[in-house]
Amino acid sequence: MTRLKADRRHAVRFSLNGKPVEAEAEPRMLLSDFLRHQLGATGTHVGCEHGVCGACTVVVDGMLTRSCLTLAAQVDGCELKTVEGIAPSADRLGVLQQAFRRNHALQCGFCTAGILMSLDHYLGKNPNPTEAEIRDLLSGHICRCTGYTPIIQAALDAAAELTSKKETSDA
Amino acid sequence: MLQAVKSANPGHGDEPWVGRSIERVEDAALLSGRGRFIDDLGVAPGTLHATILRSPHAHADILSIDAEAAKRLPGVAAVLTGADVKAVTTSLVVGVKAPVECWPIAMDRVRYVGEPVAVVVATDRARAEDAAELINVEYRPRGAVVDPLGAIAAGAPVLHDGFPGNLASDRSFRYGDPEKAFADAPHRFSIDIRYPRNSCTPIETYGVVASHDAGEDAYEVLANFQGPFSIHTVIARALKVPGNRLRLRTPPDSGGSFGVKQGVFPYIVLIAAAARITGRPVKWIEDRLEHLTASVSATNRATTLAAAVAADGKILALDWDQVEDCGAHLRAPEPATLYRMHGNLTGAYDISHVKVRNRVVVTNKTPTGLNRGFGGPQVYFALERLVHRIAIGLDLDPLDVIRRNLIGAGAFPYRTATGALLDSGNYQEAVARAVEQGRLAELKAKRDEARAEGRLYGIGFTAVVEPSVSNMGYITTVLTAAERRKAGPKNGAQATATVGLDPVGSVTVHVASVPQGQGHRTVLSQVVADVFGLEPKDIRVNTEIDTAKDAWSIASGNYASRFAAAVAGTAKIAAERVADRVARIAASQLNVEAADIVFAKGFVASKHNPENRIAFSRVAALSHWSPGSLPDDAGQTIRETAFWTPPELTPPDDDDRINSSLCHGFIFDFCGVEIDPTTLETRIDRYVTMHDCGTILHPGMVNGQIRGGFAQALGAALLEEYGYAEDGSFLTGTLADYLLPTTTEVPEPEIFHMETPSPFTPLGAKGVGEGNCMSTPVCLANAVADALGVADITLPLVPARLAELVRGAEPPPPAGAAVAPVREGDRRLRGEGQATVKGAPEQVWAMLLDPATLQSVIPGCQRVDKVTDRHFRADVTLGIGPVTGRYRADVELFDLDPPRAVTLRGGATGALGFGSAEGRITLAPDGNGGTKLTYSYDASIGGKVASIGGRLLDGATRVIIGQFFTALARKAGGGGAEGGGFSLFALLAKMASLFGGRR
Repeated sequence: MTRLKADRRHAVRFSLNGKPVEAEAEPRMLLSDFLRHQLGATGTHVGCEHGVCGACTVVVDGMLTRSCLTLAAQVDGCELKTVEGIAPSADRLGVLQQAFRRNHALQCGFCTAGILMSLDHYLGKNPNPTEAEIRDLLSGHICRCTGYTPIIQAALDAAAELTSKKETSDA
Repeated sequence: MLQAVKSANPGHGDEPWVGRSIERVEDAALLSGRGRFIDDLGVAPGTLHATILRSPHAHADILSIDAEAAKRLPGVAAVLTGADVKAVTTSLVVGVKAPVECWPIAMDRVRYVGEPVAVVVATDRARAEDAAELINVEYRPRGAVVDPLGAIAAGAPVLHDGFPGNLASDRSFRYGDPEKAFADAPHRFSIDIRYPRNSCTPIETYGVVASHDAGEDAYEVLANFQGPFSIHTVIARALKVPGNRLRLRTPPDSGGSFGVKQGVFPYIVLIAAAARITGRPVKWIEDRLEHLTASVSATNRATTLAAAVAADGKILALDWDQVEDCGAHLRAPEPATLYRMHGNLTGAYDISHVKVRNRVVVTNKTPTGLNRGFGGPQVYFALERLVHRIAIGLDLDPLDVIRRNLIGAGAFPYRTATGALLDSGNYQEAVARAVEQGRLAELKAKRDEARAEGRLYGIGFTAVVEPSVSNMGYITTVLTAAERRKAGPKNGAQATATVGLDPVGSVTVHVASVPQGQGHRTVLSQVVADVFGLEPKDIRVNTEIDTAKDAWSIASGNYASRFAAAVAGTAKIAAERVADRVARIAASQLNVEAADIVFAKGFVASKHNPENRIAFSRVAALSHWSPGSLPDDAGQTIRETAFWTPPELTPPDDDDRINSSLCHGFIFDFCGVEIDPTTLETRIDRYVTMHDCGTILHPGMVNGQIRGGFAQALGAALLEEYGYAEDGSFLTGTLADYLLPTTTEVPEPEIFHMETPSPFTPLGAKGVGEGNCMSTPVCLANAVADALGVADITLPLVPARLAELVRGAEPPPPAGAAVAPVREGDRRLRGEGQATVKGAPEQVWAMLLDPATLQSVIPGCQRVDKVTDRHFRADVTLGIGPVTGRYRADVELFDLDPPRAVTLRGGATGALGFGSAEGRITLAPDGNGGTKLTYSYDASIGGKVASIGGRLLDGATRVIIGQFFTALARKAGGGGAEGGGFSLFALLAKMASLFGGRR
């Protein structure tokens, strides 16, 4: 493993939402700061800087990850997915995002990116979740605006729609 | 789980857009990572970044600040201390008449943990933080006081000489004839309340970017400030510039506020001063520890409330005694939390006689400010708990007592004893509907059933009047009538909105409402679309504010639930004025009377002959392209700014009656809770909340506000409290210590509505966003009191507190396992133990007093200096969990009894905090040629480590002491430490260090 020098900037390269990116970071730079300030991917937000609020959640190599508890240097060579990568195109929302809008599942939208990442990741593996499972999953996120229940409804709506779409396309 | 709301119904023509739950225009960007929050926006090249060094002490004199090493660090542009800031600013105004100053940074004394002491400005944030650690501040601690009643007790440490006895204000009020009512009444009930400190803690923290133009001496500031813009005058005054030289802008998006982001304003002054001093733009983003420790919180309050009561439960008079704790400084707009509810001290009830004593005190805690509910939770907790107590005392049903006292349906507009003019409502009807639709009978049956099985189940009720649209004059009720006359009148609540038509006839709306997620852009597009016969998507709304260019006034901003009632209505007025002119132009084009004009489906048409029509955009553009062909009386249609202030918001009268708010919604809540008999965890079985907020503009958003307020109130009731140790150390500096509700705690409330339009607002709407923060904490408390059959309930209802209520105080541990008792909020570390070391007491004694030996056995010790025979200094690096820091320890020896005993006393300070400790060590021969050491210690810590590492300290201390003894034993040539560890010096140094820093 390469030994990084504390007072130097080092190149960090990885795949962000399917595209190669590269920028320099000191070893102590957090992934959240790297994404936001070095790469301009400001959709990932920082709420608590100690891994409790969940706003900074991203997916690293298929694993949900708190980017505020991860160093940028740690993801060198990895595949990252962030909120900027979940819509099918810039002017269209995905099924989960649409469900959020339909259910008024966001107000200020600051915590939303992390919640979307957790749900996007979870629904990909668990297409038929119960309300209890969604509540359990999202207990690692703090939202101060919505009181959560519209978010849970949006997640269940999205799961139902994704399942029915899949059934239609399978048929 | 979610209840259906009236769903959007796009495409259907004539139904108004207002009242429909259309999808929000804000959401697409927010859902795609394209929001534009303050830290998402770029800054000018060369912008510097600030970090703030904060006080670890709750109360101390600053003896010296040595920033030389920090200034020498590469990349550091400046280190500002109080003196530097004072050179370019003046004190913030204080809300009462007193010879007291209020600075955004400590001058020569700190008064709360987290108070800014220095600002470091550097090329990037990390460098600024590196430099901040090199600043050496020498403090001389003073006694601290954190309890509001303790603060006004004789002999309490005084925070400000201008507030003798820590009392910032003491006013008494009398309405009607309360003395007679109390004397005549058959019953008197009284309750003592301690309402805790909490905060709505938005997930986005504060942010400021400031620059200064030295040529014009003008400041430009971008901040996620939320208003009220009366604060603009406070900031400009502090920066010593006229208002037109303070350009304050807000970013397009703000990540929640709930009142809290009003509190960013002292930092605007601080960062603007930094920009002026460095001559460069400066940016500062608050971190979470800073936010929890030192942003702003709701007030905590000690209240005694008494009621004179008739035999049937009718309340004849109230006697309020409120002691409001505003923290270390009385920052604008405080003491507004106390006076916001002044017109509403009788709640939803018809009570003619009221006596009030309002005291405002300062304590060594973070200054307070706006927070959702603003004064309501404190007032209603006392009033609605008392109503429940009256019911129990008179053996009545609480709901019957509520009903007996409600203001009559025919009484509106109703003037309360203290001066509020309640605009509209039918409280009896609302209660009746809630009881039926919310199935109260079913809940009662459930309670009976649960109790029959021996379970702890209770039902609580609350009736609450929710004020909205604050009177800019209510705060002057803190002054006497004579002082008010001298100060000049303050009243009203100017709202503003601008509607513009561009050269292709598309519509733009601008308001000074500064939303933080409430969807103002969507609702305004509905309101204006209805006026012009267009669709919401045709209307583009901008809610950013720029005080250099936009229409605004002191009442502008997002607070006091003023959007729906005031701002949306003002947008309607502006649009109607433009529409009126467009109608006149269209009338001349269509050859009809203006009165015959109607706006519908994108056209301006004749009512009588709808085929005679012209496209809206075509008429709308005429003012740009062909002003010469407009009818003479039409004027321009390019832009219209409307200002609206309700005439009902008059200043306090000479008898101190104040109509503190314009609108008054009504809320009636009831709930069933069950308490686990083993864990004493409170589970909400069902929560019913009935709202009458007047006309509903967007049902989905109204319910969103109710759910959000409910969830925050649930946190306040069950989980949240800003914890302070007796010495003022802040104990809840992480979201693992300050617990917020998550998906696993928050159920869906059952929401019901009734719509009694306000006659005082353009759209009939009233505020709705704060009500559950007022009603829900006390409703849950009433239910818990009912479940447990107890009279006194203090929030938050954490299991440990309920356990004390139900089971009494924790019993002492069994004999033989004596451990020093730990009190709530106590961060003292105490312990004792023994160790055995090879070598005679004389030898061990010599080792303990030898710097070289100590250096080698104290964990993490870099060096030990012997100042005198009895005074040592040491540099140690110590880590607790993830928090490692360097500390400088000073230890002195007392009561030396060589080689038998010594007392050590000392302290340590570091970037992460401070500590002090005292220990006694005795040495005795162990009978095998070795020495038996017995020690005891008592240490206290403060600063960052206390805030974020409190849970880890006891364990970490024992580990460190163990390491010391092991090392000492090894040094002495064998033997071993038993019982964990001792140290004296190490103890002190280490312990002292514990409290310290990280990195």
